[in-house]
Amino acid sequence: MVTSSAQTVATEGASLRFAGVSKDFPTPDNVEARTVALDNVSLSIAAGELVSLVGPSGCGKSTLLRLTAGLDTPNSGELYIGTEMITGPSAERGLVFQDPNLFPWLTVRHNIESGLVARGKLHEKRHEVAEFMRLVGLETFANAYPHHLSGGMAQRVALARALINHPKVLLLDEPLGALDAFTRMRMQDEVLRLWQARNTTMLLVTHDIDEAIYMSDRIVIMTPRPGRIERTIPITLERPRQRNSPEFLRLRGEILEMLHFAGAEKATA
Amino acid sequence: MSNPVQELKGPVQASSPNVKARRGVKIATPAALRLPANIFLAIPLAVAVAFGVHLWASKNQPAPETNSYNLFLGALLFLSIAAAAVQPFWSHLRRWMQHMCPIIAAAISLLCLWEVITSGLRWLPMPYFPSPAGVLQSLVDDRALLFDSTWHSLLLLLSGYALGVAVALVTGVCIGWFAPARYWGMPLLKVIGPIPATAWVPLAMVVSPSAMFSAVGLIALAVWFPVTMLTASGISNTRASYLDVARTLGAGPWYLIFRVAIPAAMPNIFIGFFMGLGASFLTLVVAETVGVKSGLGWYVSWAQGWAEYGKVYAALVIMAAFFSTIMTMLFKVRDRVLVWQKGVIKW
Repeated sequence: MVTSSAQTVATEGASLRFAGVSKDFPTPDNVEARTVALDNVSLSIAAGELVSLVGPSGCGKSTLLRLTAGLDTPNSGELYIGTEMITGPSAERGLVFQDPNLFPWLTVRHNIESGLVARGKLHEKRHEVAEFMRLVGLETFANAYPHHLSGGMAQRVALARALINHPKVLLLDEPLGALDAFTRMRMQDEVLRLWQARNTTMLLVTHDIDEAIYMSDRIVIMTPRPGRIERTIPITLERPRQRNSPEFLRLRGEILEMLHFAGAEKATA
Repeated sequence: MSNPVQELKGPVQASSPNVKARRGVKIATPAALRLPANIFLAIPLAVAVAFGVHLWASKNQPAPETNSYNLFLGALLFLSIAAAAVQPFWSHLRRWMQHMCPIIAAAISLLCLWEVITSGLRWLPMPYFPSPAGVLQSLVDDRALLFDSTWHSLLLLLSGYALGVAVALVTGVCIGWFAPARYWGMPLLKVIGPIPATAWVPLAMVVSPSAMFSAVGLIALAVWFPVTMLTASGISNTRASYLDVARTLGAGPWYLIFRVAIPAAMPNIFIGFFMGLGASFLTLVVAETVGVKSGLGWYVSWAQGWAEYGKVYAALVIMAAFFSTIMTMLFKVRDRVLVWQKGVIKW
């Protein structure tokens, strides 16, 4: 069921390229000073790749995601999707936050439709709404309001809402961070399923090393103050991955060690 | 693959709204199956007492003045007995009665008290404090003029309120959304807004071509301030993340204002509507008292001029019913529009 509907909605991902991106913000308690959130960050992500950004708080991973979404502009450097420079938000770069941020005044169906309404494409693509609700397993909740949903269900709606625009890139800012451990593991599988079925490029911010190893093609480790890329670790484990395989655990130990050397014990929490 | 969906269904059904509602009915039914005698007998008893009080109090009064009160009490008695007889077979009525009987009986008891201290013991100076029977008689006698006054008040209120709300929504959204409108508009709003609309009466009388026209303007002004204020604050406090999400979904400014900011501000806007409605009642009555030559406010001061206090109270009774009906209708509209809040916020 899932694969057949997924095939009809599949889209090609797009590559991403960050060239010397820097971003600073005014420091809240000192008007003169600036906090450097990102310092000269360069990174290339291939089309259809799933890359995790891992690092302690303040390392600029969410800032990088917001810049990619076009919600903020860098102080210097450029961001490209394919060959095109990113200048503002666009439906081709979907964003899912830790808080699902569903519009509480809309039902599940209307939340999922909102991307189509915003682009004036509802008439043309209305048939896809049911398909996306099925894709995330919510067809029986079409008319429920968001406050009736559990955290996991709300996050599924948020995913469907982002996916209905067929984004070339899906930006995930700790999308599973607020879920309990079991729901979280199940949702990881669902996101992977969507990724494999649709071939979307995904950039995932997470605090969870296990999640990063389980899901990504590559893990980018960042360090704070100023936010920089410490190193990039390709994960070559075969999919579907085993959370308790020896290689998984060895990799996990290595990364934890690395983050420890990076002076950031917090990241393991 | 379909595994997660199945797992989802279990916990979800328990929290789904219709299941909750069904369970609620099941609990409610046995409790409401039989109405305790003290509940369905409360109204007939209160009416019987009222009859007794009325007989005693009106023995030294001419019969025609008290006739309609007798009819009123008789009708109440008949209805309450009929309802008590029918309720075992009609669960809706039964639930309604369970809720309403004590309140209605208490209201009738208050009427008794009123009658005792006015026409009964004559504790209060007479022409100013007529008995409930006298008020009811005035209401019946003058029903044509009272109906006409209510109609005029309704027209004036609705046109003023509609105008005020329409203008306020535009100014509120502009001030809440556009930074320049906020910069220039907010000080104006803060300085002009708090002046009670009734304070403009002298100016309105000079400036406007007709009393009716100035009354509509004053009511609109009274409504405009709270609705603008609350709309603007609701719009400008729209959660930034809703706007961010909408932008990444491809939303333009039109969508951001009308599909995100305004719905998000709706709870606030409705608070403004309620505050505006209260202000509009006040302004309506003042405007009718000082300028407009029709409506309930005019009727009250006219009746007072003739020292017909029965009519004054009759008009007050009509006003109470009239204003509370309008308020109730606004509540109904809100329940419809803000149905998505149900379960989130206690109203």
